Amino acid sequence: MNEIRFWLNGKEVHHPYEPTKRLLDVLRDHYSLTGAKEGCGEGECGACSVLIDSLIYPACITPLAHVSNAQVYTIEGIKTLPSYAIIEEAFIEEGAVQCGICTPGMVMATLALLKKTPHPTLEQIKDGISGNLCRCTGYNMIVKAVLRASLKGESPW
Amino acid sequence: MKVASVKHSSVDGLGLMLGRPAYTADLMAKNSLIVKVLRSPHAFAKIVSIDTSNAQQMTGVECILTAKDFKRFAYTRAGQGYPEPSPHDKFVFDEYVRYVGDEVCAVACVDEATALEALKAIKVEYQVLEPVLDFEAAINHSSIIHPEPEIHEMFPIGFEPKKNIAASYQMHVGDVEKTLTSSDVVVDEVFYTHAQAHSMMEPHSVNTRLDYMNRLVMYSSTQTPFHVRRILSQVLTFPLSKIRVIKPRVGGGFGGKQAIHGEIICSAVTLITKKPATLTYTRKEVFESSYSRHPMRLSIKLGATKEGVLKAIDCHILSDTGAYGEHALTVFMVAGSKVLPLYNKVDSVRFHGEVVYTNHTPAGAFRGYGAIQGNFALESAIDILCKKLDVDPIEFRMKNMIKEGETSPIFSIMGEGTEGTAMNMDTCKLPFCVQKGKELIDWTKTYPNKSVSQDIKEGVGMAIAMQGSGIPYIDMGAATIKLNDDGFFNLLVGATEIGQGSDTVLSQIAAEALETDLSNVIVYSSDSDLTPFDPGAYASSTTYVSGNAVYLAALSMKKRLITEAALALRCEEELIRYDGIGFTNTNTNEQITLKQLSNRLFYNHDQKQLMITESYVGHKSPPPFMAGFVRVQVDTSTGEVRVVDYVSVVDCGTTINPMLARGQVEGAIIQGIGMTLYEEATYSSQGRLHQNDFLSYHIPTRKELPHLTTVFADSYEESGPYGAKSVGEIGIDTPPAAIANAIYNACGIRLTTLPFTPEKVLQAIHSLKEKLR
Repeated sequence: MNEIRFWLNGKEVHHPYEPTKRLLDVLRDHYSLTGAKEGCGEGECGACSVLIDSLIYPACITPLAHVSNAQVYTIEGIKTLPSYAIIEEAFIEEGAVQCGICTPGMVMATLALLKKTPHPTLEQIKDGISGNLCRCTGYNMIVKAVLRASLKGESPW
Repeated sequence: MKVASVKHSSVDGLGLMLGRPAYTADLMAKNSLIVKVLRSPHAFAKIVSIDTSNAQQMTGVECILTAKDFKRFAYTRAGQGYPEPSPHDKFVFDEYVRYVGDEVCAVACVDEATALEALKAIKVEYQVLEPVLDFEAAINHSSIIHPEPEIHEMFPIGFEPKKNIAASYQMHVGDVEKTLTSSDVVVDEVFYTHAQAHSMMEPHSVNTRLDYMNRLVMYSSTQTPFHVRRILSQVLTFPLSKIRVIKPRVGGGFGGKQAIHGEIICSAVTLITKKPATLTYTRKEVFESSYSRHPMRLSIKLGATKEGVLKAIDCHILSDTGAYGEHALTVFMVAGSKVLPLYNKVDSVRFHGEVVYTNHTPAGAFRGYGAIQGNFALESAIDILCKKLDVDPIEFRMKNMIKEGETSPIFSIMGEGTEGTAMNMDTCKLPFCVQKGKELIDWTKTYPNKSVSQDIKEGVGMAIAMQGSGIPYIDMGAATIKLNDDGFFNLLVGATEIGQGSDTVLSQIAAEALETDLSNVIVYSSDSDLTPFDPGAYASSTTYVSGNAVYLAALSMKKRLITEAALALRCEEELIRYDGIGFTNTNTNEQITLKQLSNRLFYNHDQKQLMITESYVGHKSPPPFMAGFVRVQVDTSTGEVRVVDYVSVVDCGTTINPMLARGQVEGAIIQGIGMTLYEEATYSSQGRLHQNDFLSYHIPTRKELPHLTTVFADSYEESGPYGAKSVGEIGIDTPPAAIANAIYNACGIRLTTLPFTPEKVLQAIHSLKEKLR
């Protein structure tokens, strides 16, 4: 076995067999996908959040072996989805982006939450995406943005 | 106003959300050398020897830097204007290490794994010295943290390193001892604040390369690109003209990126190896080896008449600047200068103290910059006084606080490291802020407390605060506006967008003055080759100081456009009417659009490039004001404090962008709540910081988010661009005191040492019960 196969943003890729390499480094250095950011390198801040088979994961502590045969989505891969457009509009309208470094991860977490719970309560929003830290906004505007997105029409999630 | 004072989405939000390359780490050159710093495991030690021979022989090690590779030059990393009010007490590498995490030497390698192996292969022999870990015992301690002869102050700041004093200061108005003696009621309390960590989500990051002109080009996640260039040039004796500092998008700063961090080491690697290099701090390094908020001991005495008139404030502060004196004097002075004027009717006031060296992680600039520490002490003490006087704390504040049209002698006495600037409060809507907040928190019905259950007690509390808007007569901001064919504008500013929204706000000011749409103003900020000077994002200066520069540049551009339109329409300038889209000769009704005029200037007649630069230096620093009201619930069985509601009523003049202004206030409130309740910084007996990741250092998550209400007072500061004052820092000042006061009102315990962890709350509850028994 000299490669790891997975689907990156919908496209099949065959990556050299580097099972212990951090998924974050593979995404950023090899595939030039800069949407996942390194905030802590310890899986605690959520800035590097990606979707692996529709579940949210911190790419900084995910070894490449973990995504073998899996569907991996980064912000670059979801930007064409109708659900992204709704989240984007909500984040912009509510002023949920300040420094922006947590934002792609925050959007990924929002998508993962709404896929599971299309009409969350405020508590479910706070609970569901508490793995993503933000130091700028104080979260109020982000929570409002997620709520706004969830209220928009029927579930495209 | 059409563009300023109107909610606009940030000009950059969309691209950032998509994750496009924008931040320093996104922009490093391919095949950059990875730079890693070897850091001290000891709080205080002398380096006896460094053996790099094993590391040198490893494949992939390109460069090892030790003290020998740098000229011996004392500087300050503070990132302030020149000459700095911080002592020059740092060398790139020194023979001493002064805190756990201090720099010993550095390696540059082909990849990270090699760099980490190389660090392990370097052998350092230390002579471990007795560290100074208790800042109250630092003065005249047997260990002198800075014995080296080369260190110095740039002007008198009370620098006495032989006594471990980095700075000291004293001022007084009237005879405070006398006033206190003659006061009917006196409060005498001591408060402690701790070393809050900035915890911006983007770690400090820098990368460097030589360009085709053999110039050093740096991307840095800095708040002060022009200061970085100057200091780098001084330290490396490398010509300023050969350095280009580009500040790309920055992922939060809060003061933590005002200072120099990895820039000098990374640049040295590139200059020596001629290869691109990058240095990004690990999260552990951000906690241990950047800098934190200054911990302080604040001793405060208040004197008042029994009728409730405040007569005297006496404040002594001992501040812990850690191993290096970055912002030592100025943070400490702001704890007085941007706090004490709140009560301007006193007969006498004294402010004095010392800033001491210890073997802790250095302290530096952090949103609030001393004002939050001073506010915690003063606004807690005011409530203690009100209790003694048996008056409502709101009534007391309404009677004694500063109001519009008034002044305080402190403004002219205390500046930031120098004398201050006298000023009247041309805008001060504190009475409105207090009144409105009182209504919104439902004070009349809920003060002081109510019982929610047997264990849970609810209380309300409040505090008032002020900040400043830039440093008058020192910090100058500049802006350039360039007209393009097709009639749109480039706005070039040195002002440093770090996530606070300054690119958007400054574009709005330009668009308003040019009477054009926001989309017609293309902003580019903070590139030392291309944009005009700006001191950077600090001292709550960008909207007010840089904003005024943008306003002036836009007005000048408009004037020039009218001159050119008059030429084109063959009439006097006075006859030209400009409506943002085009120009009309009011005599003949002949018209030319801005687009036509621009194309004419570029290609057809009177050809020229219109490009105008204006600069602004403040003549005063109009304070924004606010009242913060909080409702807390204290679980008396666990000691846990929960913030239920936080009401902020803010006078920051005009909000150029109400949405971004609200974002500044709300973000700061949550940071203030974090400092007050969750964010603990403690040291081991050997001086190692216990909290060095997001597991051990708990910044607020969504779960701690209270209900936030944020209201802005109707206010127009004549000296500000479109009536604006600053809004970046003011929001962080009230939570410590307001929460302390609310906890007291809820359950009768007076907490004086931050943060209010469940352990401390429970202890206080038990002591109170003991006392009552």
